Amino acid sequence: METLLYIALFAPLVSSMFSALFTTTPKKTFVGVIASLLIFTSFVSTSLLLASIVINGNESVHVEMMTWMATGNLYIPFGFIVDKVSVTMMMVVTLVSTIVHIYSIGYMDHDKSFNRFFAWLSAFVFSMMVLVMSDNYAGLFIGWEGVGLCSWGLIGFWFHKESATWAANEAFIMNRIADLGMLIGIFLVYWNTGTLQYEGAFEVFKTLDPATLTWIGIFLFIGAMGKSAQFPLHTWLADAMEGPTPVSALIHAATMVTAGVYLVIRSNELYSLIPNVGLFIASLGAFVALFAASMALVNRDMKRIIAYSTLSQLGYMFAAAGLGAYWVALFHLVAHAFFKALLFLGAGNVMHAMHDELDPFKMGGLKKVMKWTWIMMTIASLALAGIFPFAGFFSKDTILEAAFAEHHFVIYGVLLFTAGLTAFYSFRLVALIFHGEERYKIFGISPHEAYRFMLVAMSPLLILAMIAGVLQEPFFHMIEEILSAHEYHIHSHTTLWIMLVGTQVFVALAILYAYKKYANAFIKVPDGTSAIENSFVYKFLYNQYYIPYFYEEYLVKPYRELSDIFWNKVDMKILDASVDGIAGIIYGTGEKTRAMQSGNLSVMLRWMVVGFVVLLSLAVVFGLTARYSENITVIFSGLGAM
Amino acid sequence: MFEAVAFYLFAFLTIAMFFITVTTSQALYALTALAAGMIFISAFFFILGADFLGVIQIIVYTGAVMALYAFGMMFFDTTRKVKEKRGNRYIIVGLSTLTAVLIVVIFAAPMVSKNIVALYPVIEDAGNIQLVGVILFTKYLIPFEVAAIMLLVAMVAGIVLAGKKMDISLTLMSSEEIKKEENKKVLS
Amino acid sequence: MEIGLNHYLVLSTILFAIGLAGVIKRKNLLLLFFATEILLNSVNIAFAAISHYYGDLTGQMFAFFIIAIAASEVAVGLGLLIVWYKRHGNIDLETMKSMRG
Repeated sequence: METLLYIALFAPLVSSMFSALFTTTPKKTFVGVIASLLIFTSFVSTSLLLASIVINGNESVHVEMMTWMATGNLYIPFGFIVDKVSVTMMMVVTLVSTIVHIYSIGYMDHDKSFNRFFAWLSAFVFSMMVLVMSDNYAGLFIGWEGVGLCSWGLIGFWFHKESATWAANEAFIMNRIADLGMLIGIFLVYWNTGTLQYEGAFEVFKTLDPATLTWIGIFLFIGAMGKSAQFPLHTWLADAMEGPTPVSALIHAATMVTAGVYLVIRSNELYSLIPNVGLFIASLGAFVALFAASMALVNRDMKRIIAYSTLSQLGYMFAAAGLGAYWVALFHLVAHAFFKALLFLGAGNVMHAMHDELDPFKMGGLKKVMKWTWIMMTIASLALAGIFPFAGFFSKDTILEAAFAEHHFVIYGVLLFTAGLTAFYSFRLVALIFHGEERYKIFGISPHEAYRFMLVAMSPLLILAMIAGVLQEPFFHMIEEILSAHEYHIHSHTTLWIMLVGTQVFVALAILYAYKKYANAFIKVPDGTSAIENSFVYKFLYNQYYIPYFYEEYLVKPYRELSDIFWNKVDMKILDASVDGIAGIIYGTGEKTRAMQSGNLSVMLRWMVVGFVVLLSLAVVFGLTARYSENITVIFSGLGAM
Repeated sequence: MFEAVAFYLFAFLTIAMFFITVTTSQALYALTALAAGMIFISAFFFILGADFLGVIQIIVYTGAVMALYAFGMMFFDTTRKVKEKRGNRYIIVGLSTLTAVLIVVIFAAPMVSKNIVALYPVIEDAGNIQLVGVILFTKYLIPFEVAAIMLLVAMVAGIVLAGKKMDISLTLMSSEEIKKEENKKVLS
Repeated sequence: MEIGLNHYLVLSTILFAIGLAGVIKRKNLLLLFFATEILLNSVNIAFAAISHYYGDLTGQMFAFFIIAIAASEVAVGLGLLIVWYKRHGNIDLETMKSMRG
């Protein structure tokens, strides 16, 4: 069991190290193959761990690899735990990464930095595994920072593009801001409980007063907000789409951004004790769900639309987790990982076919040439929209039910409305890309279907996006104890049916409307003249509520000016000046005392005598102080007494 | 009483002689006054019961050192008036006085605190020369030998520096070479 | 009136001051050497006096070594002076500027 754990954990590291050896050499396909095989090994080990846990019941694997820090009362080991929560995450991470690795062999086929890509990608998987498997907050933080670093390296993978480096830095800096909150949270945990181990800390939490717990909960959640791109730290996620599409699929849809949700789920014993914070999380989640969906409605960048939908779905997860429905959040996380990764990889195929064109208005009618991609993306969108019997239906509807059953009707209403929006923008995208006129012909592009093995690699995700719903019951039974879960039942069956059918009809109508509006032959590439494009709401949404503009104007620019002031005034005038001044004093002293070194022996003699006098005076002074030190002490103490 | 009279007399004489040495512009006066001052100083040594030191003072200073200076002066133009430095008189006086006062303080401080312990006490019955001999050849044997070597080195150095043509060896040269050397113009 | 150690120390100090003044003031190297002799002798008096009043012969020993050092110094110093004089025709301190940086 422990061996399996170590294999699952370290196979990605080995893969990363191996690929890193070839970073400076030209593309070598075997690097990608071996990396994929190692990640697959990790996946197999995780599957075996899952199987053993499911079969053996309640057992969890807990190992302590080595002591990391042991000073005084502080004891932090490199400890790893595989319980039902972490094994679920591990399954998601390893499965999606395996698929993305294989897919990337095809996707990155023509890239110069093919080998480097695999080094970063595998390093990301390792970091994510550390994050998920750690049995204490410190280890979680290492993984947390590791994924942040790898995310930076992968968003800025094409670093010769200005926009890519900018997006990478933005993501990194935003995450650092949030990580400060996270760190404070971890410090508070250690300060109040004396340990960072989950088990030990959770025991002590029960005895702490609610105010302290609230602060801990808030600060940890700030960390989660940064990683999961919740408002107001959400802007990086859309910009992070500068990275290669497999990266978006793995990091910015399936795994890393869900780390925040994982943190909340992992700390469920903490958040159960502070329902107020939980309610705040749920409200924020619902708000972000609606907020992100509204921005996705009008966007004209394929990847950004999917990124906003990711954001929106993260909002759903937080809403569920905040309401105490941790297992629902985790289940939605899993299901979402499958269909969102599928959606992104499909988008990758489209991008490849369209030579990195991202505007869906310039595509259209692609279903003829890209049949399989069309099927996959349609099914993924159906799953995302929550149509029965695809994965999204089970997970999303359970969230709605949970909100309803907990009597948070505002949240329920917002989430329901958002479900309609989700359906609309998803199928707007599908309709624009795959249906209607073949608008791409104007631009002289001849699209082609992706490599066969890429499609084969995506197929597990397709299957899971279709059938993941049937896993809901087994998943619930597996996770029930550890997350103290309970099923949400609407009291009246009639209400339940009305809700289910109502939601389905609402969503279906949204889909039909999207098809009707965007799948016809009259869609043109927008040129900014139509009435809707000039309406205030459209502009407001298209510019992302002017939040990036706001950040730029009111945070970045003042900060820049402040930095300029500090540079010009403080650094140049005070720090530099004082350093230069010291050098200047020494230089000037040398320049002045140069006259002493006239080579004139009589002058030297005189200086010698002066030095002699100084030394003698010092001798006298020290002699006297030594002799009368007691009296001097007395005098000084007398002065002090006055 | 006799001691006091002797001290003040010799103190006055010594100071006067040394003052002349320092202030006069005639090198010959200075030399004479210095020699006289040295002899007066030996008087203090006798008063203090350091007979051996007094004798040495007279022999070494007045006998050897002064003779050396006298020979040395023969090289130089001593009839000419010595040029004085145009220096700030106050600086000179101030510095000297300050130094002197400081030295007094340094020497006086241990006396005041009475923490000097006689390492090699004077034995009552023995004469001064005898005692000096005992101590010099027991406790201070190595410094004594080192001083002897130092004097030897100084002597050799003095000869080498002052002597002419010390870089050639007459004993190793043939007679023609010696003749050639003699015909050479004396350098420097 | 009893003559004590302090009398000798004051005398020594006065002589030292005279010697030091000479060292600073003199320009002629030969006369400067005379001044250094005064310095050495003034210290000798102090040593002898302390030795006497504290009944410790160490002071005399030091005076003895100082005399030895003074003798060597005169021998070497005069030799150097003669060489200098042969080279430059004077023994003026102001002309010795070869050490100028």
